[in-house]
Amino acid sequence: MNYKMQLTPDEIEILNGAKGETMAKVMKTLVMYGDAFGATKMVPVESKMGHLVTSFGLKVMSPVYDLMDQLIAGGALSQQKFSVDPKPLDPKVPANFLQKLIFNKFMYSKQDEYDKQLAKLGLIDDKSYTCTCYMDEVGNLPKKGEVLSWAESSAVVYANSVIGARCNRNSGIIELFGSIVGKVPYFGLVTDEGRKATWIVEVKTTKKPEAQILGSAIGMKVMEDVPYIKGLDKWIGTELDGDTKAYLKDFGAATASNGAVGLYHIDNLTPEAVEQGESLIAEGAQVYVVDDAELARVQANYPIMWKDKSAAPKLCFVGCPHLSHAQLIEWTDNVVAGLKKNGLKKVTVPTVFTAAPAVVEEFNKTAKAKELEATGVILSYICPLMYMNNPLCKKMPVITNSNKLRTYTTSRYYRSDEILNIITGGKA
Amino acid sequence: MKKFKGRPVVPGTCSAPALVSHGGFNTLASFQNALQFGDKAAKCGDQNNKDLYQKPMVGTALCLPQTIGSTTGGMVLYCAKVMERNPACMLFSEHIDSLACAGAVLGAVWTDSPMPVIDCLGDEFLNYVKDGMKITVAEDGTVTVE
Repeated sequence: MNYKMQLTPDEIEILNGAKGETMAKVMKTLVMYGDAFGATKMVPVESKMGHLVTSFGLKVMSPVYDLMDQLIAGGALSQQKFSVDPKPLDPKVPANFLQKLIFNKFMYSKQDEYDKQLAKLGLIDDKSYTCTCYMDEVGNLPKKGEVLSWAESSAVVYANSVIGARCNRNSGIIELFGSIVGKVPYFGLVTDEGRKATWIVEVKTTKKPEAQILGSAIGMKVMEDVPYIKGLDKWIGTELDGDTKAYLKDFGAATASNGAVGLYHIDNLTPEAVEQGESLIAEGAQVYVVDDAELARVQANYPIMWKDKSAAPKLCFVGCPHLSHAQLIEWTDNVVAGLKKNGLKKVTVPTVFTAAPAVVEEFNKTAKAKELEATGVILSYICPLMYMNNPLCKKMPVITNSNKLRTYTTSRYYRSDEILNIITGGKA
Repeated sequence: MKKFKGRPVVPGTCSAPALVSHGGFNTLASFQNALQFGDKAAKCGDQNNKDLYQKPMVGTALCLPQTIGSTTGGMVLYCAKVMERNPACMLFSEHIDSLACAGAVLGAVWTDSPMPVIDCLGDEFLNYVKDGMKITVAEDGTVTVE
């Protein structure tokens, strides 16, 4: 094949079939992909573990599973263990007879088969299904500066921004190919130049902005560009503690789903901004000012996709991306207090909190687990997005505080304080 | 008739009627129904895309700025290609995005009949081309619209 980037003799040998035809095709895919973006070379994947975006055994994706079979048969396995996005099914999450039938017999009929393929390819273990693989309890936490081969958009933006790792906004399968070869093309967010900010965002709100709405506003404005955000440290501090990381997790997921942001810098807070400051800002960067009115405008413009816009919600999801341990505790305390205030024992809307299996396991060891269970809230490892992504659930009036879930499904967005009021019997 | 010169991401030739999306093309939302429910015409399922919603995509020259949405996009495009629910070619006015590029390259390397994909055709291309116009794609990335 013709290629433009500089390859090492070892890489050329792989491309020419020294490690088999399948491996040659994997390498060819990565080289063509990199060439399209002007990559100058391939660089080693440095993180201990990978992460895959494709967790679902969706029948319609059969060509992907056939491709996985080709990889396994050709010995093209991941050189690093990996975690993977959350499972699309959990028997604990409410579903009617028809939904269960369609989920299990039609939509996700390939799930068991696909889980076995993942195990053969290099899945860490059967608890490694989450979009927040970087949680301490899960343990797939890259180091600053390490090059990754990931694709899950919320994890990529978190790893780049909060951890300071280096990863492009890849598609599914491409990230697996990077883990198989152990190298990725050198372009975009992997390079110093690609990490420069081409937008300056000035946060001028009178109170702490809701992470999910601020992220949405910035994502829709800058799309795939890199923003340098000033004024947010006033509200969330200059320390990357648990609360701040959780805020940035939700903020980043909104920037990535409402736009296509793969990296953001926050003045005085995120690692590269602390080290390099405003030298990260590219010449000629555009400016976007966010104030209370702008956030209100953004939220007011979210379309309501329900057929009956005044329908009573039938289900509530909190945890897209998956909740942290600290967020689970905070939500539990808030729900218990809200119900007590309203003289109720159980939530008034069937509600599902979602978190990584390892986070759920740790949470279940605490007394808070019993308190949460008593409120009727279901704690699950499911992917709410995959649960919603079918014609039956599209018709359900589902509410959420996740801007990612709102963007990709028919669920209706409310701020966290509004969600809390609704599910504990208060007013929205 | 007008000619536009782009960059072949996946070189090839084809002739097909244009189908134009002026906004970002959400690959997952557009193809999901077609792949899931055996719609051989692959009618676009993205309710947010006013240009394309419910229009058949199979066999068209899909003209677009870039793709948007879930990072499963490349896989979805690859599945559409294998299941023969794909456009005849994809013509990007802007530089191709990483998700569409993944789908284009996977289709080129892992299937026997690559779908031509041209990018960097420019804003003028997307302003000029209209649904149903005849598109001819040459190996060198030249796109003729008539």
